[in-house]
Amino acid sequence: MVREVEPSLNEKTFLLQALHQGLRLDGRSPVERRELEAEVNPQDLGVVTVRLGQTKVTASVSCEIVRPFPDRPTEGLLVIASEFGTMASPAFDGQRSDEEVFIARHVDKTLRRSRCIDLEGLCIVAGEKVWSIRVDLHFLDHDGSLLDAACFAAISALTHFRRPDVSVIGEEVTVHSIEERNPVPLGIHHYPICITFAFFELREATLNNTSGGEGGSGGAATAADPTAEVIQQLCVVDPTLLEEQACKGRMSVSINSHHEICAISKAGGMPLDHDLIIECSKHALKMARPLITKAKSFATSATAKKATK
Amino acid sequence: MVKQQVVLPGEVVPMPDASQAKLLRLGPGLLQTDKDIHAVQAGLVTNNPVGNAWWISNSKKRYIPAAGEPVVGTVTGRSAEYYRIDIGSAYPAQLPVLAFEGATKRNRPNLAIGTVVYGYLASASRGMEPEMSCVNAKTGEADGYGELKGGFITKCSISLCQRLLDPRTPILALLAARLPLDVAIGLNGRVWVASKTIRGTILAGNAITNSEFLSPKQCETMVDQLCTTMKL
Repeated sequence: MVREVEPSLNEKTFLLQALHQGLRLDGRSPVERRELEAEVNPQDLGVVTVRLGQTKVTASVSCEIVRPFPDRPTEGLLVIASEFGTMASPAFDGQRSDEEVFIARHVDKTLRRSRCIDLEGLCIVAGEKVWSIRVDLHFLDHDGSLLDAACFAAISALTHFRRPDVSVIGEEVTVHSIEERNPVPLGIHHYPICITFAFFELREATLNNTSGGEGGSGGAATAADPTAEVIQQLCVVDPTLLEEQACKGRMSVSINSHHEICAISKAGGMPLDHDLIIECSKHALKMARPLITKAKSFATSATAKKATK
Repeated sequence: MVKQQVVLPGEVVPMPDASQAKLLRLGPGLLQTDKDIHAVQAGLVTNNPVGNAWWISNSKKRYIPAAGEPVVGTVTGRSAEYYRIDIGSAYPAQLPVLAFEGATKRNRPNLAIGTVVYGYLASASRGMEPEMSCVNAKTGEADGYGELKGGFITKCSISLCQRLLDPRTPILALLAARLPLDVAIGLNGRVWVASKTIRGTILAGNAITNSEFLSPKQCETMVDQLCTTMKL
């Protein structure tokens, strides 16, 4: 299994020194996220490509009619499949790494467990036929915050998607093609948005070690010396790949416009204060608002296009 | 401006100087079979009249090692005889501990894991791990190769790195006119930059990656803009 190569000491030290001065390597401030660009193809309902700096994720939504689970005869299904290609990063090589499992699970929690899609509305004939909505996430390039891009791509794609209309007469179910009847949008209760934070610990020794890996092993000892005193804790929003690799801990918060936290994940890393978590969640809400508006706009863009056709 | 030619793998690349008995240097993407020179990659035929060097430039991020190319790598492992260096290729390169200026069995460099080194590939073939060296085998001098201290590594496309080595590429001159700068260009898609201040290094790294698809004029405005936003 291919392991991702750790960034060099020079890069890590430089990153921390820059953060100490309040600078990030792409010119952002620590609490600023990268501009999120989303592309939709007007021909394809439910396909959205999201770019977050170099990070690139495509979500595509499809549907089919299946038999529901016997214990939930009136609920449709929402299936989320994430595909990690080696194109995104050489570390994604087919076998699922912890990172990949973490991303897939968090996307699942954010979308499926938060019940943002109206599954009851997907029922055609109770116990017999329901719609199964499938979201395929393709990770195309990896420069950090894959999770944020993936969650946004998925919710935008679901908003943009239209399923074929059906009519039920007695036992007979007719699926109308898109030409025959206008396709129907999915019922979406709320729009969860995921925001990732990375946490750093700055130590005196790292900052004084201006020459990076000076004096052979001396450099390694100062950069990773756990006994050195922590002088500052720092939090950055929307980390890049290098920041993700160099940080001491990460936390992803999925939040919606009703101030509800839909999912929160913090897999290991340094311990955080309660206050810091609450502060981060508040900041996440602030940043999520424009993104929610953006995600909602995909619904109108899909209808507008249909009207002009 | 010479008209640029696009080739596909397998095409014969006509060499204008083939009739003159001048030494041709073939770089990445070109292969000689008997008399003809074939392209083995898709891309633009590029040349540098200095040394009559020809190669194919295209946009890619994976590095395929070739002997003689300078590379920037990170130490990922060490044994008694070798350092293992990540240069972004499919297999890590080996750097013998004696391949440094003035290194002997008694006095050898001590590089920690994670150190950045600048060297050239002494050998690279399909069946073996590439081998690096930080010393000129003829003179025994470092020639600028060796451990790189401080600074930052900017990752950019391989074609940009190839162009940066060409003195006709304006970006490095533009930067040098504005701030003192140390740069080490590896042909493996990594450029090491260091200036006196952190701001300067960030600026230089971003300017180099931004310059890839800009004309000389646009490069100048871009560098000026960066200088104003970074308050340099």
